[in-house]
Amino acid sequence: MVFGAGSNVVIAASAEVLNFPILTALVILPLIGSLVVALLGHSRPEWVKLSALISSVTTGALSLWLLGAFRAGEAGFQFVSQHTWISQWGISWHLGVDGISLFLVVLTGILFPLVIVGIDVHNNQTSYFAWMLLLQAGVMGSFLSLDLFLFFVMFEIVLVPMYFLIGGWGYEQRVYAATKFFLYTMAGSAFMLVGIIATVALARRDLGIVTFDLIKIAEGAKFSTNTARWLFVSFGIAFAVKVPLFPFHTWLPDAHTQAPTGGSVILAGVLLKMGTYGFLRFGVYLFPQAAMWARPVLFTLAVIGVIYGAIAATMQRDLKRLVAYSSIAHLGFIVLGIFAVSSQAVTGAVIQMVNHGISTGALFLLVGMIYERRHTRQIDELRGIQHVAPIFAGVFTVVMLSSIGLPGLNGFVGEFLILLGSFGPARWWTVVATIGVVLSALYLLWAYQRVFHGEPDEANSSFKEMTPREGLLMSVFVAIIVFSGVYPKPILDRIEPSVAALIKHVEGQTK
Amino acid sequence: MLGLIWLIPLLPLAGALVNLVFGRKLGDPRAGWVATLATAGSFLATVIVYFGMLGLPAEERNRVVTLFSWLPVGALKVDFALLADPLSVLMALFVTGISTLIHLYAIGYMHGDAKFSKFFLYLNLFVFSMLVLVLGENLLVTFLGWEGVGACSYFLISFWHTRNSAAVAGKKAFVTNRIGDFGVMTAMFLAFSSLGTLSYGAINESAQSGALAPVTATAIGLLLFVGACGKSAQLPLYLWLPDAMEGPTPVSALIHAATMVTSGVFLMTRMSPILHASFPWAMTVIAVIGGATALFAATVAVAQNDIKKVLAYSTVSQLGYMFLAVGSGAYVAAIFHMVTHAFFKALLFLGSGSVIHGMHHEQDMRRMGALRKVMPITAFTFIIGWLAIAGVPPFAGFWSKDEILLYVYANNRGLYVVGLVTALLTAYYMTRQVIMVFYGKAKWSDHSAEHGAHGDLTPRESPRVMLVPLVVLALLSTVGGAMQLPFSKNLHFLGSWLAPVVEESEAQIHGTWAYQNKYLLLAVAILVAFVGIVASIAVYAKSLVRTVEPKILEQAWYYDNAASQVVSGPGAASFNLIAWVDTNIVDGIVNGVGELVRSLAGSLRRVQSGFVRAYALLISLGAVVMLAWFLVRGAMS
Repeated sequence: MVFGAGSNVVIAASAEVLNFPILTALVILPLIGSLVVALLGHSRPEWVKLSALISSVTTGALSLWLLGAFRAGEAGFQFVSQHTWISQWGISWHLGVDGISLFLVVLTGILFPLVIVGIDVHNNQTSYFAWMLLLQAGVMGSFLSLDLFLFFVMFEIVLVPMYFLIGGWGYEQRVYAATKFFLYTMAGSAFMLVGIIATVALARRDLGIVTFDLIKIAEGAKFSTNTARWLFVSFGIAFAVKVPLFPFHTWLPDAHTQAPTGGSVILAGVLLKMGTYGFLRFGVYLFPQAAMWARPVLFTLAVIGVIYGAIAATMQRDLKRLVAYSSIAHLGFIVLGIFAVSSQAVTGAVIQMVNHGISTGALFLLVGMIYERRHTRQIDELRGIQHVAPIFAGVFTVVMLSSIGLPGLNGFVGEFLILLGSFGPARWWTVVATIGVVLSALYLLWAYQRVFHGEPDEANSSFKEMTPREGLLMSVFVAIIVFSGVYPKPILDRIEPSVAALIKHVEGQTK
Repeated sequence: MLGLIWLIPLLPLAGALVNLVFGRKLGDPRAGWVATLATAGSFLATVIVYFGMLGLPAEERNRVVTLFSWLPVGALKVDFALLADPLSVLMALFVTGISTLIHLYAIGYMHGDAKFSKFFLYLNLFVFSMLVLVLGENLLVTFLGWEGVGACSYFLISFWHTRNSAAVAGKKAFVTNRIGDFGVMTAMFLAFSSLGTLSYGAINESAQSGALAPVTATAIGLLLFVGACGKSAQLPLYLWLPDAMEGPTPVSALIHAATMVTSGVFLMTRMSPILHASFPWAMTVIAVIGGATALFAATVAVAQNDIKKVLAYSTVSQLGYMFLAVGSGAYVAAIFHMVTHAFFKALLFLGSGSVIHGMHHEQDMRRMGALRKVMPITAFTFIIGWLAIAGVPPFAGFWSKDEILLYVYANNRGLYVVGLVTALLTAYYMTRQVIMVFYGKAKWSDHSAEHGAHGDLTPRESPRVMLVPLVVLALLSTVGGAMQLPFSKNLHFLGSWLAPVVEESEAQIHGTWAYQNKYLLLAVAILVAFVGIVASIAVYAKSLVRTVEPKILEQAWYYDNAASQVVSGPGAASFNLIAWVDTNIVDGIVNGVGELVRSLAGSLRRVQSGFVRAYALLISLGAVVMLAWFLVRGAMS
């Protein structure tokens, strides 16, 4: 078995279950937090924020502890936790973390407390925090699940709180945006549900048992070429909508623009990654041959996304919408990297998932701060902010340069590795995608010039400088941006072995 | 000694960090002194490394200092490593040396600016990036510096960002450079996919050993040249450089004349084995673009009235000269001219800054004149810079220009003529500038009569902190040619210093007519400079001939206009079209499908409590049915 080494690690790692089920805790803690907040809301409203804080900060701390305890250089799943759930259908509570999911878990762990601490909501705190924490549980579960059924449940759970967050705390067109988001992703998931059931049913022939276990199916099932393709497509549609991949992207600008700042940060930071992560974990890993078959289409859509997203971003008048379109471009890079299936490209894709979460999350925070002050996101109503708020402008500049992919900052690492690693397997697609690097400078610098440069007019001349609290919040992002741009080695060392094992698995299956 | 190389970029970085944290507290002028000391320390460290290297035999003058592992992924092993070899140390010497002088000058020039400490923060950050660029051991570390200098250039061009023109110019510089970066990035991808490495040593070795196919070498070489065209302002990407003059004048001198814009020439020299392994026409492409840029920009400089614009086009033209040298295989000559040009062009820019400073921010040469009387030291040093760039012996520019022309003649006589015409125009427009600014009638005195009430507008000589750098640069512009004199092989100091890195190119032209008659070519070059100067005097000082400054030259052949019209016309229109398609067609279809489902669902289910719930229910029902079907099927098989 190609993945034999990995399976041994799984067995060794399951000994850790005896100690402390950290992964289960990562999913359950925010869930409990959510319930506590919901219950306290009526009797003790003053404890709501505190409980939300405690729950999310503890989860964040646990995720950092996981990062420290994670053994670098190992390919397989670590901290595996497996308990039978519905035994007659072979469904189990099966969680595990490897290099591919590790940093997404940590990102989920730290992004939520930052959003909860850093952003005030002005109405109905109780429900807001309850939904936020439920959302965190769902996202954690999605990144940790090694069971197809569990993954699907988590993947779907996420929709509900996000729907309410956009619909309840968003801007002018929030209901339209929330409904569109919900229906679009739900429709995509329907295909995946069919795919999952079919996969399990068909895998039964090879495995002799009914199981939803990801690893068992991936290592043991032999689907016929045609079947695998159909199954891959059914999963692929769900993920393509989630990423979102061109032309399934139009829910995103609406959702992003209408969502409250916290919702946008989480949406860009981790939610979209459920799509790219899904492609990697459930697309490429389960159906390697079919994934390779679908490559030309996916490369093409990814590269169209890169260019098209950048062009559309350039012409946006709403700052938040501009950042939303830039996400489409950035996620195009990630999909390109995933399907290039080379060590550099896939590692780059994984690290880019995290870095995009940091940079775009930070951009949404900053745009949110601008909105708080000026009650507008329209680019032509903003002007000369750098003159009145130089520190704010300085932080924005660093985040912007990270998003543009300036070497020495985090955004470059993923983008460069993806393009470098894709150049071999997807030469001309990569050349076109590299044009996206030029365009990203265009739309962000142009927006910066219009918003920050120039002489501030009356409405903008009283723009408030960054407050200490905002500064503290942003300094976390800036620190990560600089550190992982200058010294990404510790991150790469943890991602790369798992990626190498995945690539070996793909090569073994497609020989 | 060579191990100390990490100190060279570290000191300016430390200076930048100090000014980032304490800059406001330090204030004017202490923040400037901190930055200047950091750069001076870096220069000192470079000198130490230089002497350390001098003590080694030529073949040992190569040391890689690895600081940490940067991007290790699978077969890719990129270290953050610095390379100490004759080329990098030479580059570091002139970069830190000139930077120190310009930092010193800026303490005077920027005095009183509200963002004084921020200016020096950017300036130090620039020097750090530039040193990373030249000291990098592999393409990616150089690219880190390459992008870093680009970002600093962006910050400094739009330093006075409340001025719209400065904001636009900064953005234009960054975006145009990014077009060039597309070339550098794809060159790296190609190098890695064909050689599995980005390290200069390994790439150049495989190019020299013939392991690299000519077609790949050509592609890598020309893609890097695309990057060089961006950073070093060559046709068709030069557009950003004249606009970059919006930045404070010390920035124009340091970044947009002496150092950053020569990065492209450095990169081509660093990768010269790749060019040698390419098809011969690759070199011709470089030479032709260089020659065309040199001539084009020189014709434009003839008709500019802004004191800095003349120098900007002149810089574009001189950079073209350097690429003409690179394309002729004359790498030593290219580096030689890069260094002498750094001396005299920094001098001219700083001189023009002194004039602008003294003229109370006036940049139009038509309002100057006779300034030698009130600004004697500025005038004297500017005149030395003029003699150097015009190619008058024994000043520095003469020797480097002559060496380039020698190689160009040996390679391609058509381009030699282009080079000569450019030299003539250079002498012509620089003489014009000197006359308009320092000689003739004082146009500013009429002015002071009108503005008399507003106070004294008489130009004044600049403070000493600005004059010292002028004098030092004037000295260097005078004797800089001694680095490489044509008379004997023993006087090829620069050539023999660079010999371990750059192939001694003289061998290629040894038997040619040009080489045997090099003194004749020398005489021709002197004659051409003389003609240019005399013609200009006849036109501008003696008014014997009417001035020829057609609008088309003033407007730079309307190339910039045409480019901006394409960008703002069809360019913006097509971008808008895509944005429109996205909202109305791609999203329109989605909403249409949504509507369709809604109306279907509406007619199927009369009691519709909510769209979302109905749809979700529908999906769940369908899913359950399918689940049942699969399970039944699974159970039967």
